Amino acid sequence: MRRLPVSALIGLLLTGAFFAVAIFAQWLAPYQIGEIVGGVWDPASSAHLLGTDSIGRDLLTRMIYGAQVTIFVATCATILSFVTGSVLGFLAATAGGWVDQALSRFVDLVMAIPSLILALVVLTAVDVTLPTLIIVMGLLDSTRVFRLSRAVAVDITVMDYVEAARLRGEGQGWVIFSEILPNALTPLIAELGLRFIFAVLFISTLSFLGLGVQPPLADWGGLVKENSAGLIYGKSAALAPAMAIAALAISVNLVADWVLSRTTSLKGGRGA
Amino acid sequence: MHPVVKLVTQRIALGLLLLLAVSALIFFGVAALPGDTAQAMLGQSATPEALANLREKLGLNEPIVWRYLHWLGGFLTGDLGVSLANGQDIAKSVGQRLGNTLFLASCSAVIAVPLAITLGLIAARYNGRWPDKLISGVTLATISLPEFVAGYIVMYFLAVRWHIFLPTSLVFSSMGFLERLQAIALPVIVLVMVVLAHMMRMTRAAILNVMESAYIETAELKGLSPIKVIWRHAFPNAIAPVVNVVMLNLAYLVVGVVVVEVVFAYSGMGQFLVDSVTKRDMPVVLACGMIFAAIYIGLNIVADVVSILTNPRLRHPK
Repeated sequence: MRRLPVSALIGLLLTGAFFAVAIFAQWLAPYQIGEIVGGVWDPASSAHLLGTDSIGRDLLTRMIYGAQVTIFVATCATILSFVTGSVLGFLAATAGGWVDQALSRFVDLVMAIPSLILALVVLTAVDVTLPTLIIVMGLLDSTRVFRLSRAVAVDITVMDYVEAARLRGEGQGWVIFSEILPNALTPLIAELGLRFIFAVLFISTLSFLGLGVQPPLADWGGLVKENSAGLIYGKSAALAPAMAIAALAISVNLVADWVLSRTTSLKGGRGA
Repeated sequence: MHPVVKLVTQRIALGLLLLLAVSALIFFGVAALPGDTAQAMLGQSATPEALANLREKLGLNEPIVWRYLHWLGGFLTGDLGVSLANGQDIAKSVGQRLGNTLFLASCSAVIAVPLAITLGLIAARYNGRWPDKLISGVTLATISLPEFVAGYIVMYFLAVRWHIFLPTSLVFSSMGFLERLQAIALPVIVLVMVVLAHMMRMTRAAILNVMESAYIETAELKGLSPIKVIWRHAFPNAIAPVVNVVMLNLAYLVVGVVVVEVVFAYSGMGQFLVDSVTKRDMPVVLACGMIFAAIYIGLNIVADVVSILTNPRLRHPK
């Protein structure tokens, strides 16, 4: 184990802190989530460390609960995209033939449309709830995981040990989960961080557009939207959640960069 | 037929085929989703008769393939149908807004592309030293910012704190060219910030990739100055990847525009799309979605064609 670089350490600490805040939001928040405790856009004070929001709720409390929603949705979407994307990618690589062709061409087709545009079209047709958001985001992003895991698995399926497993009569499921998965895990884990950042930015953007998390729940993107009107009058409340999104993205990025450089050097430059 | 002409024709035909497939995916995908346009328009309390009437009026009882062909035919002839929300002709509403969006996107591109290439060249020249680290560090930070965050930070400081620009970008058809330019200054700054980072990093990577070739080493051993090596030997060979980078980022710009338009209340396609999604106005959403997808795929085709044309090995086959 090599020494942890400073940037990765900062990234790990900040990411850990964000997740801790998200998990323990109910105990950390100084006020109730919907409680009106002050005037409209009060400046920061000792009672309200970040001031109050557009209708006088404590901004810090809203941010802490917002962290919970943002991180929860992004985590669920990332897990969904990894499970669907990698299973289908491994399946395409091991099955080959028309299964591979059909899956790969379909993924090409979906990736030819910008994710945001596709998500907006889908969200017009279905009701916007947390589960639908997670499913839409997870499935759209699984196309990228599919490409990566298929590319990695294609390299692995030609290995001798996979052929040995096939010859002794193991089924498709065994080959995928016992032969390919353990060997494809490193590049996939390196990708995990990047997909998580993408999910955080995606849900924040959707909520900012008013098409993501719906009130009374609020994630960081939604908090920016709620407080954006104050910006023109010089009330900076909208900048706090905006900064939180950026800080989370940067800290996960630092960790992902470190994991990526470790795995690429372990694999002779062939990771990711 | 010259092989390059054949390659280009193939690429364009493939692109058009892809566009057709995308239109089918969007149309049938939306139809397959568990949602009912008529129900969404009338709300939960609608009577069955009202629903049936509206379905009849919208043509929802026709077979789906027929509806798709009708929609596609209308799309190709410029008839985008009418909006469900206000009954207006969609093509008319789109026309003006599309012009605004393209104006915003092209102004950003005119600034971002030369700037990104220059910075990419500088970063590649001083690879690993402080100018490279500075440029890479700053661009890494802007990559992590979602468009709307960058938008509000720029708006807060440049418009609200220092009063250099107006915080919103209202444009009217009576405005002159210079007035328009002034109105869109802030969204242009944000879009440049957002695409510059990607474009510059990819340009840098493309040039560094070429720099590893043997002929670059020869040029260096001849004693040419580093900037001359990059300009005369590396850059011409990096044009194809760089053009690709530029086109990919312009395609990205087309999508980034959606969010930036909402931040600055700019009346363009993006704002129109988002408003229509909120109103669940499916015909408008489909039309806007298709236009965005078409521009995106179109730019990707241009990128491929340019990289075919700039590749000397393909232009002069053995």
